[in-house]
Amino acid sequence: MADSVTLAKLKEKFPNDILAIHSYRGDDTATVRREAIVDICRFLREEPGLAYNFMMDLTAVDYLGRDPRFEVVYHLYSLQHNHRVRLKAPVPEEDCSIDSIVSIWPAANWFEREVYDLYGIRFNHHPDLRRILLYEQFEGHPLRKDYPKDKRQPIDRILYQPKIYHPESKSDDLETRHLFLHMGPAHPAMHGIIHLILELDGERIVNSEVEIGYLHRGFEKECENATYTQCIPYTDRLNYVSPLINNVGYIMTVEKLLGIEITERCKYIRVIMSEISRITDHLTCIAANAMELGAFTVFFYFIQARELLYKLIEEVGGGRGVTPSCGRIGGWSYDLPEGFEEKCRQVLQEVTKAIAEVDKLLSKNRIFYDRMRGTGYISAEDAISLAFTGPCLRSCGVYYDVRKAQPYLVYDRIDFEIPLGTEGDNYDRYLVRMEEMRQSIRIIEQALEQIPPGPVNIDDPRVTLPPKEEVYSSIEGLMRHFKIITEGIKPPPGEAYFPVEGGNGELGFYIVSDGSGKPYKCRCRPPCFALMQGLSKMIQGGLVADVIATFGMINMIGGENDR
Amino acid sequence: MGLETIFGESFITTKLNSVINWARKYSFFQYPFVTACCGMEFMSTWSSHYDIARFGAEFPRFSPRQADLLMVVGTINHKIAPILRRVYEQMCEPKWVIAFGVCASSGGFYQNYAVVQGIDQIIPVDVYISGCPPRPEAVLDAIVKLQEKVTKESILSR
Repeated sequence: MADSVTLAKLKEKFPNDILAIHSYRGDDTATVRREAIVDICRFLREEPGLAYNFMMDLTAVDYLGRDPRFEVVYHLYSLQHNHRVRLKAPVPEEDCSIDSIVSIWPAANWFEREVYDLYGIRFNHHPDLRRILLYEQFEGHPLRKDYPKDKRQPIDRILYQPKIYHPESKSDDLETRHLFLHMGPAHPAMHGIIHLILELDGERIVNSEVEIGYLHRGFEKECENATYTQCIPYTDRLNYVSPLINNVGYIMTVEKLLGIEITERCKYIRVIMSEISRITDHLTCIAANAMELGAFTVFFYFIQARELLYKLIEEVGGGRGVTPSCGRIGGWSYDLPEGFEEKCRQVLQEVTKAIAEVDKLLSKNRIFYDRMRGTGYISAEDAISLAFTGPCLRSCGVYYDVRKAQPYLVYDRIDFEIPLGTEGDNYDRYLVRMEEMRQSIRIIEQALEQIPPGPVNIDDPRVTLPPKEEVYSSIEGLMRHFKIITEGIKPPPGEAYFPVEGGNGELGFYIVSDGSGKPYKCRCRPPCFALMQGLSKMIQGGLVADVIATFGMINMIGGENDR
Repeated sequence: MGLETIFGESFITTKLNSVINWARKYSFFQYPFVTACCGMEFMSTWSSHYDIARFGAEFPRFSPRQADLLMVVGTINHKIAPILRRVYEQMCEPKWVIAFGVCASSGGFYQNYAVVQGIDQIIPVDVYISGCPPRPEAVLDAIVKLQEKVTKESILSR
């Protein structure tokens, strides 16, 4: 506790506002009075020795039956000092409100709207406090523990009034008026469903608004009603383009809660599978984006390469690359199949070839270059204040990758580089993604060389299932199996946040355990959500046609964005 | 077409049936209403390896007015449901609907406040594909099933 600089400084500066501090499983946590949240956040951001410039995640937890009932949870990150801190502010049910921190980190805007939507906590002085994932007619707040899981509220039509919409004219004279254009939710270039409202002056975008939530499917509510193992398939379907990274992120958070260390071989398997997933993610992103800009050949080349990777994943996990669900708490579902190494190398060669070919087709293609260079620009400061992570942040030249900043698994033993852009535009994002795929291939090749033999799963009766022979032949084995299947894995009460580098950026899971077999709260920090919040800024001043390129390069994944 | 109102179910119209249905079943113009994970397998089915073009259904039409096969690919929640219905209503007859994957067919393993428990609560469905997500082979199978269904239809009904 004493070794945390942040907690010590907080305690010194705000002796009366800090209710409690603790460090559990390496996460520094401060419980603060809600009245002081803005001051504390400003201090954390502006104090040179702390410099928490990323508002990574903001969520809430409903402790029904406890007073105060709610807790708003902030996860902050300091790029300069590579520190993390968690703030928790209790909020009572009677006066369900807390001050907004949008003035300190603009990134908090959508996150606060989401908490308001799902928990009904009001944020004072928020510029635009409306529902975000659900619709206006929805009554109640679904993530409150007393909201029934299957209480549905169907609607006939959406009553949605964009905030920027002001169609009334001021005079009867001839005048020039801005045109409002609705793009989506069902739009050919909106892969995933998203609704953009654009205010146009000719073809230039003056103002825009992004409406999301068309793929909200209650990830958290489902997880709260499933055992820890049953949650794994739901995590696959968050970012379905790179499902195994989600698996790894989730199971590692649970392992952090349990405080267990996995086997060496399993660490390598996880790295290999994560990187394969990252390649499929970037392949799909570039393929779809190129197709939308008219380069159809690229789409076929890359989907063909992805098909090979899907086959490879199928051999390991039993399911094609979209939803294999092969991560397991305490290990991996199966060991790598025989001859995997050789096959993997062959496939990687094919993928390298495809990347080289597409590089020739696209990188110096006049049409592609003109549509990508200079469009969708965002500065490094804006990107940081909006909590951008992943390729979109690195394209602005900011060096932040979870694999390097807080190496997990065996990334610290592997030699790879993090590509950085300089301009912060779509073309740089494209180049960063292309290079990341090459680096991922490097990582997989090294991991294949280094991977040691040995068991994949740990032998912990609390966590892993016993071998089938034991279940059938001994009463202890049977009981162990029965307990884990019926009651679930039971981490000790506590909370943990664990970030991994997903296809689109920092993918963090925040899990609260109450000691039972089901997570009390399972929150996913979606990288896309923060990126989508920045979309309005990135397309402002550009042409309508550039929306396609920018949106494609953000690589919005509905499952992760809306959860 | 006019003829069938004069002749009813006679020799001329039944032959006309088979000719028109033959043309219809090999030229589905699909509207991919892609919302979620199934879209990844839809891409796979559509591109060169599995090649849905072998069944004459490769051409996506992003205007509902020009499409006759609505592919509902992925989870439909209560927020998008009115939009799906509207897209369906904008399509001209003859039109068919494929529920692609379990979420579209029944809500899948999302049995909660947000998700519609099967699109057949909103629009009629011709073929359901199981799987989460379905393998491309299953999608091609569904196209063949729909073709069989189309062959049996009477042009008087559409």
